[in-house]
Amino acid sequence: MSQPTAVPSRPDAASPADPQELAAALEATGYLPDEGLATAAFLALAMHRPLFLEGEAGVGKTALAHALAEVTGRPVHRLQCYEGLEASQALYDWDFGRQLLHLRAAEAAGEGADTATLEAGLYDRRFLLARPLLQALEDSPSVLLVDEVDRADDEFEAFLLELLSDYTISIPELGTVRAEVPPLVVLTSNRTREVHDALKRRCLYHWLEHPDFEREVAILRRRLPQVTEDLARQVARATAKLRSLDLLKPPGIAEAMDWATALHTLGARELDPDTAARTLGAVLKYREDTDRVHALTRGALFG
Amino acid sequence: MTSLAFSAAAERRQRDVVEVVLGFARTLRHAGVAASPDRVEAMLAAVGHLDVLDPGDVYWAGRLTLCGSPDDLDRYEAAFNAYFAGEAPRASRTSSTQEQRLAESAPLGATDGGGTDAEEEAPDLKAAASEAEVLRSRDVADLTVAERDQLRRLFALLVPAAPMRPSRRRRPDHHGGVDMARTIRHALRDGGEITSLRRRRPRPRPRRVVLLVDVSGSMSPYADALLRFAHAAVRARPSSTEVLTIGTRLTRVTREMRLRDPDKALAASGHAIPDWSGGTRIGEVLKAFLDRWGQRGTARGAVVVLCSDGWERGGTELLAEQMVRLQRLAHSVVWVNPHKGRAGYEPLTGGMQAALPAVDHFVAGHSLAAFEELAGVIENA
Repeated sequence: MSQPTAVPSRPDAASPADPQELAAALEATGYLPDEGLATAAFLALAMHRPLFLEGEAGVGKTALAHALAEVTGRPVHRLQCYEGLEASQALYDWDFGRQLLHLRAAEAAGEGADTATLEAGLYDRRFLLARPLLQALEDSPSVLLVDEVDRADDEFEAFLLELLSDYTISIPELGTVRAEVPPLVVLTSNRTREVHDALKRRCLYHWLEHPDFEREVAILRRRLPQVTEDLARQVARATAKLRSLDLLKPPGIAEAMDWATALHTLGARELDPDTAARTLGAVLKYREDTDRVHALTRGALFG
Repeated sequence: MTSLAFSAAAERRQRDVVEVVLGFARTLRHAGVAASPDRVEAMLAAVGHLDVLDPGDVYWAGRLTLCGSPDDLDRYEAAFNAYFAGEAPRASRTSSTQEQRLAESAPLGATDGGGTDAEEEAPDLKAAASEAEVLRSRDVADLTVAERDQLRRLFALLVPAAPMRPSRRRRPDHHGGVDMARTIRHALRDGGEITSLRRRRPRPRPRRVVLLVDVSGSMSPYADALLRFAHAAVRARPSSTEVLTIGTRLTRVTREMRLRDPDKALAASGHAIPDWSGGTRIGEVLKAFLDRWGQRGTARGAVVVLCSDGWERGGTELLAEQMVRLQRLAHSVVWVNPHKGRAGYEPLTGGMQAALPAVDHFVAGHSLAAFEELAGVIENA
């Protein structure tokens, strides 16, 4: 392994030494990454760079953050993005109600304390409500999952950019909070909107694909040990076939898992056309898609 | 002495790596991936963490740091193979993304030969709209000077206003719901006494506007004017306006349209559009748009403006089906047909007939007055 001088820091002792080691550790937690994803996660850890994951819904973007947290033994702090997300919901907020109570209680007790100490007491850490971003910095080292960042608006993106560049948050009344170890940041996007280039430039970019057949079978087997090998193979094959059709929403690995679970719950030991037709609602979420699949000859899907 | 020799060798190798990576970045930029210097720096750092002699590691180090969107990945793939002479590992591409990309840029399949709508067309138009896709980029700068001046004067006057919608973000206001946080913050200042209620209400935001401009042969007399209108719309609201052209392919030209100068923006778009003055397959291209962009969010809650004369080469069932789908996603659907401006026009073409049930506003787009009207329709849509 070459070691250019430009690299400032090496991963800490607990971190894996190379992508293969990280892949093995992830596999132990039940998450089966391919080579690219393992390399991406490894570099994110080693370079302290946020990992920007894009891909179809249900390919395991969010699950990766949780698996990485398990591997590194760090807590996860998840921020679900939506339009209109504000600093008071993402960063911190003062617990005004408790502050008011505190003030009234001090008044009622008739404490002769001077106003200055009373006021200082109001802006104490215990009256601060930490939201996910602040939690992730305080709880260092941690994993920060910024989920579906494409749903947030431009204002929030700009704000996130600032946070991701120096991992500090300054609270005027209290001071600056800095993460001792930068959190491992995982941003996910379903691409409902193009995220700004400036944000992407700070990140490692990885496009997540649907897993190939063997990997999908392995994932199904690992996540759902109660499902038989035959059933897992049939579900994976049928799901792959569904993806090759021209559907409005091709099923992801999450849908394949739902389907296998549904079939197992019905006591099916293998995928026959009738049970499949009854459980299709677990994989296909559009009426048009269901119609299209029903219109197929049965052999086409369950060959 | 040996250690000195070793460090010199290491330094040389280090320099080699930097040179190779910089050369690769140049190749990549040539291939159309914007590998900016900070990204290249990140790639160097990434390579440093991996095995520089392992082609797989180098491949991923570059792909993770230099690429920024799924569109970059194919170009990266090709550039990597070319630069490192076939040492790239196989990349796992699944059918779904491949198809998506096909849907976006590949020529759409030519299957049926029937064209009942084409009978009224002049023979040369018929030829232009034929199955064989005319893959030529038209130089927009080749317009006559008089025409260009006229258009520039015409469109400099247009500032289309964006339609607004209430957002989830709120702003302080005298009316609206009570803003608890601000009320109590003020109460704290007044010694814990709530003296007045602070209120807030949703802040309006511009609604997204998506312009789909038909650049096929039958629309060529109007395509320039429509793209100039699109440019004016993008200039007015750069972040909430999308422009795509339709013909035999779907091409996104929003980026090109953001150029300040209208002539430069049009010339850049002309380069980007491969199917200028070719045939039309509105139904199939609309489906590609909805699959690739619309359903994911671009069309959701947006004002979608389709600029086309409705000449459809293929069957019209697909167009009708996709228009219904579009109407379900969009806030409102506006159809601009330049021919509507003519006296005695009746929407008789098969495509128009199929599309009209799913259209909220049907307007003309042939003169400045018509474009002003269109701007008004979009604003109030």
